Amino acid sequence: MFLINCPYCGERDQSEFVSGGEAHIARPKQPTELNDDQWAEYLFMRKNIKGIQFERWNHAHGCRKWFNVARDTSNDKIEKIYKMGEQPPKI
Amino acid sequence: MSKNLRINNKQFVDETRKLSFIFNGKKLYGYKGDTLASALLSNDIHLVGRSFKYHRPRGIMTSGSEEPNAILQIGNDDALTDPNVRATEIELYDGLICNSQNCWPSVKFDIGGINNFLSPLLPAGFYYKTFMWPASFWEKYEYFIRKSAGLGKSPTKQDPDMYDHRYMHCDILIVGGGVSGLIAAKIASDDNKKVLLLEDKELLGGSLIYDDNDISKIDNQKSSEWLKKLIENIKNDKNIIIKTRTSLAAYHNYNFLLARQNLTDHLSVNDRNNKIRQRLYKIRAKKVIISTGAIERPQVFHNNDRPGIMLASAVKKYIDYYGVRCGLENVIFTNNDSAYETALSLHKSGTKLNAIIDIRDNSSSEIVNKVKSLGIQIYWNHTVVNTKGYKRINKIIIMKLNDKGNDVIGKKIELNCDCLAISGGWTPMVHLFTQSGGKLRFDNKDNIFVPDKTNLDQLSIGSAKGDFELDDVLKNSIKDTKKFLNIENSNFDKIDVKCSKEKEKKNIWLLPSDRPLSKTKPFLDYQNDSTAKDIKLALREGFKSIEHVKRYTTTGMGTDQGKLANMHALGIVADTTNTNMGDLGTTTFRPPYTPLTFGTIVGRNVGQFFDIFRKTPMHEWHVENNAKFENVGQWKRAWYYPKDGETMHDAVQRESKAARESSGILDASTLGKIDIQGTDANEFLNRVYTNAWSKLQIGKCRYGLMLNEDGMVYDDGVTTRLSENHYLMTTTTGGAANVMSKLEDYLQTEWPELDVFLTSVTDHYATASVCGPNAKKIINKIFKDLDLSDESFPHMSFKEVKLGEINCRVMRISFTGELSYEINVEASYGKYIWEKCIEAGKEFNITPYGTETMHLLRAEKGFIIVGQDTDGTMTPVDLQMDWIISKKKYDFIGKRSLYRSDTIREDRKQLVGLLTDDPNEILEEGAQIVKDENKKPVDMLGHVTSSYFSPTLKKSIALAVLKEGKQLKGQKLLVPMIDKTIKVTVSDTIFLDKENERING
Repeated sequence: MFLINCPYCGERDQSEFVSGGEAHIARPKQPTELNDDQWAEYLFMRKNIKGIQFERWNHAHGCRKWFNVARDTSNDKIEKIYKMGEQPPKI
Repeated sequence: MSKNLRINNKQFVDETRKLSFIFNGKKLYGYKGDTLASALLSNDIHLVGRSFKYHRPRGIMTSGSEEPNAILQIGNDDALTDPNVRATEIELYDGLICNSQNCWPSVKFDIGGINNFLSPLLPAGFYYKTFMWPASFWEKYEYFIRKSAGLGKSPTKQDPDMYDHRYMHCDILIVGGGVSGLIAAKIASDDNKKVLLLEDKELLGGSLIYDDNDISKIDNQKSSEWLKKLIENIKNDKNIIIKTRTSLAAYHNYNFLLARQNLTDHLSVNDRNNKIRQRLYKIRAKKVIISTGAIERPQVFHNNDRPGIMLASAVKKYIDYYGVRCGLENVIFTNNDSAYETALSLHKSGTKLNAIIDIRDNSSSEIVNKVKSLGIQIYWNHTVVNTKGYKRINKIIIMKLNDKGNDVIGKKIELNCDCLAISGGWTPMVHLFTQSGGKLRFDNKDNIFVPDKTNLDQLSIGSAKGDFELDDVLKNSIKDTKKFLNIENSNFDKIDVKCSKEKEKKNIWLLPSDRPLSKTKPFLDYQNDSTAKDIKLALREGFKSIEHVKRYTTTGMGTDQGKLANMHALGIVADTTNTNMGDLGTTTFRPPYTPLTFGTIVGRNVGQFFDIFRKTPMHEWHVENNAKFENVGQWKRAWYYPKDGETMHDAVQRESKAARESSGILDASTLGKIDIQGTDANEFLNRVYTNAWSKLQIGKCRYGLMLNEDGMVYDDGVTTRLSENHYLMTTTTGGAANVMSKLEDYLQTEWPELDVFLTSVTDHYATASVCGPNAKKIINKIFKDLDLSDESFPHMSFKEVKLGEINCRVMRISFTGELSYEINVEASYGKYIWEKCIEAGKEFNITPYGTETMHLLRAEKGFIIVGQDTDGTMTPVDLQMDWIISKKKYDFIGKRSLYRSDTIREDRKQLVGLLTDDPNEILEEGAQIVKDENKKPVDMLGHVTSSYFSPTLKKSIALAVLKEGKQLKGQKLLVPMIDKTIKVTVSDTIFLDKENERING
């Protein structure tokens, strides 16, 4: 059970949040210009790495805000929390 | 009892409070302060159970949670009985009833004991190997195996006890109230930290509190006296919260821990009324200090499991703490100095100690010298090779070890013995450390695994860390705690500790015998009856990983989780395979550390609190009118309203007929409702729905279909434009929360530039939907001034109207195909407006209908239900709803996926109608559809998604998804059932009123 420091509300129990998978996969601005492979890349392909992973979390049972989390998947340590639209930190 | 086993005047047992209890039907006595185990021992009862596999007689072996043998069934009530309770842990109370497990007809004469003589035929893996063949016999085997599996009996009735959960937060959590934990607590408190101290026993102090030898001194006082003063000090310390009878169950990441407190298990049954039985603490600690101590290891030799063979530390505790002698002819068998403390305790209490057997060549420590000076016979470099006595040990046979320690030499010596106190050294309790993700290191000097690396803010101290001698325990605990808490000085800095120091060490995992190994029974796991032989057999058969050896031999898989067995199992594997124990690793330690009852885990979340029920504002009316309910998500929805003993089928036929012929009313309050506001609300709808929204006028409603980005149908519903920048979206009942979070996700992450605000208003409004040819007349009676003409209030439009002070939103929309009005009011007026409709509709036989009739009515019209006719693999094209996909819009969620190579396949499953050749035959939802049932394997073409008997059409109708369904219209297909095959014809999905005329009444 993580403690997650919501950038809007502060530190809260993991049970208040839901995970939204890998971060920084922007929806293509012009989907119709993409071929099947390029669209599939956006739609289906996700990383599953051991180490620092950038992911989206939502404070679903709180302020309902989405934000980004850099989490080490090997020990669940959260290295950094940053808002939507911000660049991923260099870790 | 003729034997005098009680030693008087012990401070921890109150001999003025005599308690009676019943063991296997016999009434016995003990005192307040006893555990069940100490009370049994004081009655000279060692034999308490039979082992799992061989049904060998087994006795109390330990004094703590590591007990493998003395696990009893407590209570005889069908609801309150508790299986597998360790007699060493349960405090004695007046009227306690307990029974031995795993024996029949009695623990003294157990028929299953024959397994002991069959044991050569029952090696490790016996069940796996034997009951495999022939396969068809399995069901017969299973009956007997199930009968012999398991130990205690589960309660058969609902648990009547109350359980509780509570959150706790602290700066420092200390697990274990022994001397090192207490010192750490005091240091932390002196530094003004909020401390939570957990102790699983009734009293603080660990094993030092009853230490009675004169060698260990702290600040020139007897160590136990010094400790008592510290405990008094800590009890009065406002920074320290103490929870006794509280054992830590699990240690998770981020210093999140679960602890279980026993609140009533030590009380007599009458004193438990209306009290919470156990409380589960969910603890968030900034820092954690583990001071859980160590448990003593047994030694592994032939017949080391007889009743009367006990851990040396347990024998000491029974004398020094409970004042109970475990035997009158004691012998100690050890490989280390700690058992000599037991020797001193025996001597001091005037209990006969016949001899000490030590596998070492000598020991020159202070404590051993003291024992030597008492004239007690010590057999150095000897080992026990056999024991005698079936239900209680009565003799041991010892022999001298050879130089290498792998064989025995010389003559056998026989000694009288009714209690053999064994010690094979100590194992730090690193369970919690490893549960939390910590990595262990093997210490070759003491043959122990000790805590090494961790990612968490935690510290192990005392013997949990591998310090066993008093001066190490105290000084390192002080030093490490100060460093951990970043403290310069403490009140313990000048502590002066004196104790005996062990110099000679020797460890043999499997002691040699005069017999070949195959003729011996050296037990490792007492509860599961696995022996050193079984480990060696597993290795011979090719199991290498310690996890595989564990599962094949079941070593460490009992209710004690191998607390005693695991180290020896590892040691024997290492020795046999010539591996370093450190390289071998350990098996995984999993929570809970000691078993938890289900009641503790679920706490108050039972009965009606198990999950939330959501009720509509009209719920009470439905109940009063005899509705049957169905669960839709968390909602209780009226399913149908049976009258005068109607079946569901009859009720649904009546309700749907009324709705089509006159009027019906449905509680639609559960539909998800999202309030959408903002200058970009219209653009937002264009992006989330497949159809176009730009031209929707104020006061008009439109049906929309929402896709996932993969092109599959996600949700549907009608959205109304209330004003220029204000919309009300409805969603499916089950999909409401998901739609809300999905839309919020897009708004916040993909389209933050849009000026749109979403608010869930599902619970804020109640909805009554009145439909049927007479609907207009009924609405007119309620809202007399409302112009209901088709020109002023056409299909798919909305009016805001007042009924007295009540604001009503009336929408003319239809899910049944009939003329239909939905009245939305603030939730608190829901029941009022509902009753108003019923009253107004009385003359038109207005009939309340439930979800089942709603499903039938919409199926007649071919309207889909997302989640019933779709399953996350259906595109709008698959549903034959091409008309709802805007050709003009550049983009919407899921658009690009609608022409992926997979979604444009012609042979996708598509939604069709099905008509049975026999109009009275109703298909089963989920039934498979095939073309040719003789061609094997049979091709599955699809399945039935919705099926009903339509009273209006007087025939059975069904919706189905079918491979290439669009091409198959008019085709004859088959639906094979278990007892017959039903012939069907593929049809259009709309069965009734293709011209949509009913919508106008």
